[in-house]
This record gives sequence, C-alpha cells and structure tokens, in this order.
Amino acid sequence: MKEQLANIRQEALAAIRSADAAAVLDQVRVQYLGKKGKLTAVLKQMGKLPAEERPVIGQLANEVREALTNAIAEQSKALAETALNLKLAAETVDVTIPGQRTALGHKHPLSIVIDEITDIFTGMGFQVAEGPEIELAEYNFTKLNTEEGHPGREWTDTFYISAGGDDPKNDAVLLRSQTSPMQVRVMEQQKPPIRIIAPGRVFRKDEADATHSPMFHQIEGLVVDKGITMADLKGTLNEVIRALYGPDSKTRFRPHHFPFTEPSCEVDVQCVECGGKGCSVCKGEGWIEILGAGMVHPKVLEGCGIDTEVYSGWAFGMGVERLAMRRFGIKDLRLIFENDVRFLEQF
Amino acid sequence: MKLSRKWLNEFVDCSSVSDKTFAEAMTISGSKVEVITDLGAAFHNVVVGRVLSEERHPNSDHMWVLQVDVGEAEPVQICTGAWNVHVGDLVPVARHKSTLPGGVKITRGKLRGVVSNGMLCGLSELGLEVRDFPYAVIRPAAILGDYHVLPGEKPSISPDIAPGDKVYGKVIAARVTACETVAYSTYRLRLDTGAGEAETETRCPNLHVGDLICYHTGTGAVLGLDDLHAQQAEFPNCIPDGIFILNEDCKPGDDLPAVLGLDDHVVEFEITPNRPDCLSVIGLAREASATFRQPLRLHAPEVRGDGPSILEDADVEIEDGDLCPRYTGRLVRNVKIGPSPKWMRERLRASGVRPINNIVDITNYVMLEYGQPMHSFDFSCVDGHRIIVRRALPGEEIQTLDGNARALTESMLVIADEHKPVGVAGVMGGMNSEITGETRDVFFESANFNGVSIRKTALALGMRTEASGRYEKGLDPMNTLPAVQRACELVELLGCGEVAAGVIDVVAQEFSPTALRLEPEKINRLLGTEISEQTMREILLSLGFTLEGDTVYVPSWRSDVEHYSDLAEEVARFYGYDNLPITLMRGETTRGGLSGKQKAEKELGEICRGLGYSEILTYSFISPNYYNKIRMPEDDPRRQSVTILNPLGEDTSIMRTTSLPSLLETLARNDSHHNPSARLYELCRIYLPDETGPLADERQMLSMGGYGGGLDFFTFKGAIETVFDALGIHGVRYEACRDNPSYHPGRCARVSIGGQEIGVFGQLHPLVGKNYDMDQPVFAAELALEPMLAARRTEIVYRPLPRFPAVERDIAVVCDADVPVAQLEDCISRGGKGLVQEVRLFDIYTGKPIPEGKKSVAFSLRLRAEDHTLTDAEAEGDIRSILDLLARECGAVLR
Repeated sequence: MKEQLANIRQEALAAIRSADAAAVLDQVRVQYLGKKGKLTAVLKQMGKLPAEERPVIGQLANEVREALTNAIAEQSKALAETALNLKLAAETVDVTIPGQRTALGHKHPLSIVIDEITDIFTGMGFQVAEGPEIELAEYNFTKLNTEEGHPGREWTDTFYISAGGDDPKNDAVLLRSQTSPMQVRVMEQQKPPIRIIAPGRVFRKDEADATHSPMFHQIEGLVVDKGITMADLKGTLNEVIRALYGPDSKTRFRPHHFPFTEPSCEVDVQCVECGGKGCSVCKGEGWIEILGAGMVHPKVLEGCGIDTEVYSGWAFGMGVERLAMRRFGIKDLRLIFENDVRFLEQF
Repeated sequence: MKLSRKWLNEFVDCSSVSDKTFAEAMTISGSKVEVITDLGAAFHNVVVGRVLSEERHPNSDHMWVLQVDVGEAEPVQICTGAWNVHVGDLVPVARHKSTLPGGVKITRGKLRGVVSNGMLCGLSELGLEVRDFPYAVIRPAAILGDYHVLPGEKPSISPDIAPGDKVYGKVIAARVTACETVAYSTYRLRLDTGAGEAETETRCPNLHVGDLICYHTGTGAVLGLDDLHAQQAEFPNCIPDGIFILNEDCKPGDDLPAVLGLDDHVVEFEITPNRPDCLSVIGLAREASATFRQPLRLHAPEVRGDGPSILEDADVEIEDGDLCPRYTGRLVRNVKIGPSPKWMRERLRASGVRPINNIVDITNYVMLEYGQPMHSFDFSCVDGHRIIVRRALPGEEIQTLDGNARALTESMLVIADEHKPVGVAGVMGGMNSEITGETRDVFFESANFNGVSIRKTALALGMRTEASGRYEKGLDPMNTLPAVQRACELVELLGCGEVAAGVIDVVAQEFSPTALRLEPEKINRLLGTEISEQTMREILLSLGFTLEGDTVYVPSWRSDVEHYSDLAEEVARFYGYDNLPITLMRGETTRGGLSGKQKAEKELGEICRGLGYSEILTYSFISPNYYNKIRMPEDDPRRQSVTILNPLGEDTSIMRTTSLPSLLETLARNDSHHNPSARLYELCRIYLPDETGPLADERQMLSMGGYGGGLDFFTFKGAIETVFDALGIHGVRYEACRDNPSYHPGRCARVSIGGQEIGVFGQLHPLVGKNYDMDQPVFAAELALEPMLAARRTEIVYRPLPRFPAVERDIAVVCDADVPVAQLEDCISRGGKGLVQEVRLFDIYTGKPIPEGKKSVAFSLRLRAEDHTLTDAEAEGDIRSILDLLARECGAVLR
C-alpha cells in the first residue's frame, strides 16, 4: 500500500503540475481527492490493513493528501496568475494613441493682457471702474482740460453722435476717444482715497490697417489721495512694469505732454530683444514706449470738486492692442478683430 | 522736426556730443529724438576726381574712356556713357568697392572689353536733384549724328548733311574742330562751317571734336532741341542728364559728402503739440543749451534797410484783431530772383525742405530757424498798396498757390488788398500775388494769427500746410519782428534786393507775460523731491524765464506754461525724471479687487471656454444693412440705433442694438476662411437709444454661437444650460419661439428666468444663413447679462445626504406629438405628492406601434422620503397621481 500511495502521489503531482487550466486542475482534484478519487479509494482499503500498519499508512496517506492539496492550491494560484497576465496582456493599449480631449475654448489675446494687468493692479489695492462708451464731450474733453479748439475734438478725429449746442460743446455726445473720462466719472462719484483702473473700448476715426483700428482698447488708471507725488507714480508704475516684463526690466520716464496731467511723462521699458542696443523690434531706439502718465492736472482735480491743497493724484493710460501685439508677435492689428479661429486657438 | 546738427552748433556748441548721447539727453529732457541720420553715411569711397584725358571707346560709338586723377600717384581708368565730360572737369567718382545712396555698390568691371575702375556719378545717383545744385543743370546741344527719323515721317534732316548745308533760315550744319573749356560749363568751339571756319562760345556741355551741330550764323548759338522745335525721339541722346560736373572748392581725392555739404547729421524730433517753439532751430537750441549746460548764443539780426521808406508805399490795417493779434512786414524792392547760396540750400535740404529760389528759400530758412512762418508776395499785385487783414466776405473766392480755387467763408481770415484777398491768412498765399521771375517788389509778411481759427480754416479748405500746422499750435507774438528782421538781413546778405527802410508792425492785441509765483515747497510736494530753490531758479533762467523776487515771468514763446504744475514740470525735466525718487504710495490702504459682477463675468468667460467656446471681440458699430441681413422686421424698435454723424463708412455707421450680426459676421468669415467648425462667445455691449438722457442705454450681452463639428440644437442648448448651471442660475425656462425671423421657426427657444425674458437662441433661419453665404446649420444665442447675473444663487447651503433609499420608477406615456416635453415634466413635478426628487427624460419614440401623430415619451423618476424607507404602495400612490395629471393636462396615457 505504501507503494500504491507513493505511486498516487507521484502520478497526481505530475497531473497537477501539468494542469493548464482551472477546469483540468479541478478534474485532477476529483480524480484523486474526490469521493471516488484514487486516494480516497486507497484510504477505503485502510480497514483491511493490519492494525499496526494502519497508523503508519494513515499518516502516509494524510501526508499524500496534504501534499496534493497544497500542490493543487499552488497550481491554482499559478494558473490564476497566468490567466490574469493573459487578460492584462490582451487588454494592453497603445498609450501613445491620443486621448479623447475636451476641446477647450480660448481667451482672446486682448483679454489675456487686460486680465493680467487687472490682476497686477487689483493686487495693489486698485478697483476696476466701468463707464459708458457713448460719452459726453464734457467728460471726454472739457473736464480733462481739453478745451474747444483742441484737435482731438475735431470731427476728423472723434466719432460724434450729436454735435452739441454752444461753445464749448459740452453737451455733444461722442464715442469716447480715450478711457480718461473715467477719471472724471470716478472722481465725481467717489471721495479720495481713490485707486482705480478702467479698461475699456475707445474709438477714433482711423481707417483700419495693420497698425490702426477705429475701435481699440485702453486701460486707464487713477490714484487720488493726500500727499501723492510723482515719486509715487514712478514707484507704482515701476512695480507694474516689473510684474509685466520681469523683475530685471529697466524703465525710463521721459517728459511728455497730455492736457490732463502736469507734469506728464511717457514710460519706456528697455527693449528685451536687444537689451537696449537697438534692434528692429524697438526701431533702433533701445526702448519701447509702454504708457503715458502724469500728475493729475490741478485744473482737472478742481473741476471734480477735489481740494488741490489737500489732495493730489497721478494717472496713466496705456494702449492694450500694441502691448498684446508686441507680447504675442502679432504683426497686423486687423487680425485681432477678425477673430479667425485659427488665430484664436493660439492663445 | 528735422534739425541739422551743424545749424544747431551755430547757436549752442554741442559739437563734442556724440549722436547717441545727444539723442538720449535730449529725449530725457523732453525733446524726444526719433532718429539721427548721418547724411553722408550712404556714401563710401566716393571722391572728387579730375578728368585728365578723354578718348572714344574703341568698341562703342557712345562711350568714353577717361583717365581720372583721384588724388593718388596714378590716375584710374573709368568708362562712361555720359557726353558732358571734358578734360579738366572735377567729377564725383564712385571708386572700386564704393557705395552710393540706395545701397548701390560699385565695383571694377569691364565695359565692352575695357576696364573701368568705378563710375562717374550724376546728381540722381548721389541722391540729389537739380534744385540742390542749380548750377549743374545740363542744356545739351542737338548733335546731327544722333538724328533719328520719326516712324512714318519723312526725314527733316538729310542723312548726308555736311558742314555748311542749310538746316533752316540762318541755321547751318557745322562740325566741331576744337573744343576748349574756358569757365565752368562754358566752352569755346572752333567750327568747320563748310565755306570757312567760325568760333563761338556755348554752355552746351555735350560737344566734342567731330560732332556735327546746328549753328546759327546770325547769333552764333549752338542749337538745342527747343530751338529746333524737335522732339526728344528725334534726338534720343540729347537729354538734360549726365555727370554732375562739380563747381566747388575742392580737389581730387576729397571725400565727396563733405564737398557736397552732406557731412551733417540730422536729428528728427517728435515735438509735442504744446511746444511749437521747439519746431525751430532756436527753440531746440534753447533746450539743448539747458540740457548740456552750454551757453545759448543768439544772434540779433542787423538790417541796413537803406532803400526808400516802406511808409511811402505800404499800409497795413488789421480789421479783425481777434484773429490777428499782430502783423509785421517789410518791403524789399528790386529783387533779383535766383538760386540761394549753397550753405542755405544745404541747410534747407537737411531740414527736409526743397530749395526753390532765394526769396522763397529765405522765408523757409527763417521759419526753420525762428519757428515763425513767413509769407512773401509780389507787392505790385496789392491794389492800393494797402494790406487789410479781415474775415472773408460772403461768396469770396481765391486761387491759392497750389492752383486750386478756394471758396472762402466768413469765418476764415484773409490777407486782402483794397479789392480782393491775396492770401488765406496763415495757410497759403494767393496765385494773384505769387512771386515770379518778373517780380520787382516783395512784401515779407511775418504775422501772428489765432491758432484755432487757422486750424479750422485749413481743415475746412482741406489744405494743412507747414505754416498752418505751426500757427494752429499758437505761436509767440513777440517773434514776428525778429523773424522779419532776419529775413531782411538774409536778403541783404544774399544781395537779392534792396530792403526798404522801416518796419510795419501793427499790434491788435497787446502781449503781457504770464506771471506765476515760485513756490518751491509746493513743487517739491508734487514731485516728491527736495530740490533747492536755487536749482529751480537756475533751471528756469536757463530756459529763458525771468525772475523778480518770487515772481516768475513766463517767456512769450512758452504759452504752455500757465500754472505752478507747469513750473514743476520744467524743474523736473532738467532735474531729470530719472533722478526723481521712487516711492510706494503711503496713506490709507484701499481694498482692491473685482466687484461681484466683474468676478461673475470672469467666471462666465471661464465656463464658456471650458465648454469649448472661444472668446471674440467685435466692433461696437455695424452697418444698418446688418439688420436686413438678420431679417429684422422693418418696424422692429431695435432698428432705432444710435447713429454716428461722421462715420468712417456705412459699414461702421451705427451702434448695434443686437449682438447677433457681429457674431454672424464672425462665423461667416470663419466659414469663408474654410475653418470647418467654430464655437465662439463674446461678452459685449449693445447700445439702445435712451429717451431719458443724452447718453445711450448700454447693456451687456452674452453672445454665443457656432457651426460644424457636430454642433446641433441640443448640444448647443446643452452648452447654454451648462452655463446657467455653472453660474448657479436656476429656474430657467425655455419655450418655443416661432416668430423670430432670424431663427428657424421650429428650432428657436425663448429663454426666461422667473418670468423675465432674458434672450433667445436657436438655429439660424436658412434665409439668414443665405445672407451670410452659409448653407450649413448655424447656431446663435443672445442673452442679456444683467438679469442672468441677477438671478445667480451664489450662497451655498448644505443639505444632509439622504438616509433612506430611493425608489426608481420608469414611466412611458403616449401623447400628441406636439406636446412639449417641458409640459410633461412640469406635470410630473407638480403631479406627485412630494416624493419625486428627480425626473430624467430618457426616450422619445414615434412610429409603430405608436399611432400616427402621437409619441411615446419615457421618463425615469426617482422618489424618496426624507424620514423613512418608501413602501411600494407609497411610490405607487405618487406615480398614479402623476399619471392622472399627465392624462388630464396633456392627454398623455401610460403606454
């Protein structure tokens, strides 16, 4: 019987190891360990054995059973692993095939620039003011120290909705030619301290070409408070330009003229292309003009009922299109308002 | 403004300052330099040469081989096709490896087998014209060997014509047997006249030994084309062009630009309109003097003025003193019109002004130097010798110097005599008093006019001139006298006339200088500086201000300075903007940031982009025709638009009252650019006329739209619904809109929130699509932003998660095909007894076995109670109640 058990063990282990599927393995299990299995059959003959042999054979039989059970469990685990591996292999995909994307829309380049500048200023305690695009001449010109007779008031330069009555034609209605009337509107509605920017559309009578558009965008800024100085103007605008052009950017403040600021200046940033040596981007000047600014003209403050003995202020205005064109390398302004999706998708 | 640095140095010595330093320093002190041009930079290796010998080219009948002395030991050989060169002439030589204006490079080469070591240059090759060097004009003789018969005509000159043969009248053919240069462009010829010999002098430079010419036996003249009444085609080589024979004080080897006065650097400034004084050499010299701290050397004109007094002849009267504060003039008799001297022409040219003749050049020169426009006119044309400055009379006309007839209006100021206007004041003179070759007496006008009036006149007449451009900025009334004195000084210097004694100077408005208080503390407070009063005083003095105690008197040429803040700018400019301290604002802090509405708009943009829609920006103005394109009814109130009185054109003439056309224009443009699909949005304004005030009612719209890429009604609607969901806008209702002519009548929805209509969206009407040349389905939405944002629920209140399970029930009902799903949903929501938590449409079916005209609509319902697990009976109860309402209100029965 010993021999018989050894044979069964050997035979069964071979069968288990060669089982290549769960079903085959189960068959083997039934064949040897099932109720009618070969091992069971041997055990049934145990009774016929002499009593002294029984414990020995019994132990042996149990060992065989345990060996087979373990072998089956092991083989079953191996088979499961193989099956899983096969399944995984079958499920393999080419991960380099593009995924299914959700097509996102794009922000217009001008909005990118406006939002960026707005973020810088709101972070410095500025609020964003909004106002009418169809405006009174009084706000667009007169209250900005731009009297009747100034070329900007001409019909060749500004779009008019109604001509207005007597001189100065304060009641004339026009499409605002600058965002500066927002200075007046804010000062009339708000007490100092004032810190606002006002981005928006403006209109001038220029035929559309690569560098002109009858409609474009500006960002106005205004600060009014006690003891505001031109040094503050320089400090704040320097910070803004560093935020826009990087911490190492160099600025230049140069005298200029605007009717509603005095002293006035234009602010240049050193050309990043050539580092100030002069190149095609800066037209050989080494500097690129970014914005106009100045101390709010005392006449403008007084016209808005602000006591110039107590308060002073500074203001700036910048053109958004030129900034965006330079920033993104857009060579033709018309593209900005053409809104071709192949253009928009690049932003 | 173009400024010659040589001219500037006459008033302030900046000769040691490099161009780069000059540009930077002037820019920083407020006179922005655009560019500095080295006039001679275009020349390289171009020198003066002297022609040593001249031989005919062995292989060409129209070329010459020259030996030219270029200041070196050996002469160089140069071939030329020009006929006006003679031995001894000084000529411009572009040597081997030289550069000429326009970037033209000259190298050694062979011309028909003969080596040429460069090129001789004509005026045009040097970037010049005859006006720059009037003496260099070429008057060629007609050479009979060059004669060509005009096509289809009989020859007027026999091909075998010989010396002595008659051409016509006293004109015969003669052969040049000797030619000698006796003076600049003056040649003594010996002629074979057939019968004998003759000698004559000519200024025609194109003659050489052997040439057969036309000779007038009476006058001794050698004839040109005009004399022969011949056409150019008959003598193709008889052209007023050739080498520029130099008549300058120079020698072989001299660098040509210096010889021609091109050794100058021209600075181009951008001058702001408040500084007309800087549109002059003296004005800029004053700025340069303060910038470089160099003395300003002004020159007081000295006029002999020894002709008979002006008062014997002339009289000036200002009738309209409001438009002419001052009129100053002098008279010059017996003028000799001719070219002005080289130094003057060089300076004019460097300043971008073409030389014309001495009198015109003097007025331009003075305008550039002093900034005072001057006008000179023929005094004999002034009837009564009385000059009257007055407004034009009704119906008056004048022919201006540009040859155009101008209808004048009563608001325009004219310079008139007793009978007629002789010029439009400050804009342009009249043809009737133009200076011609016959002019004897010239009146120099140096006046001060009202700037606004001049600008309006120039604008109305459509003729903005150099003079009007200056006057319109408001000029210095004290400048008229020095300017006219300078002009007369130049007349005497150039010897081109006799200046009459005396000056006419009529002052209609007395000038008194602006006086300001010097308040150093106030200036420092504005600038944030601690500049000493002494420094401020020095700066102001250097700019021509005068100081008496604390009073600052503003110089007459600085009408822009009228306030202490203006003084602060003067101080800041020369203290240096770069030297102002850099500080951050003190004082109360302010709470910055976006308002709720601005944040919502930003969020809205992000949502739209998240849905695949790209932002566009479109013009606020549109064409009235756009309303037709979107089929807006004729009587639609939205056709009442805010209209631009002076539009650029019809296409941009009215302010839009709807965002739809701008969107459709953009979509159509994308389609025409063959972009297969587009999804676009814009947060834009529309402009509605407002009867209650002078301005418009500007409203913000969310405009969305697209085509292609599988976009259909429900994907588009889904995007709009998602926008509402993401913004927290609930209770949005959609109903069919069949009467909006812009949209497909069966695919258009009216959108409302809380009973308020906020807009419309849908598929475009095919007829509108056709108007935009689009035949595929196009979708568009127009939604009013304000009510949308007002309906937002931004406050978030947490609801506990359900503790009891839900019951799912599907129902399918059959109803008439035209019952809207929204109505069925509404019944379901209202029909239950409060257990329905969610209704979801999952199927709509038509066709067998559903009867014709009916549809089956299937919903999935979720029912739940907050406080216990629902029993089947409870759920059934709600469902039954829902089905009852569906049957009652919609005629829908359970399938």
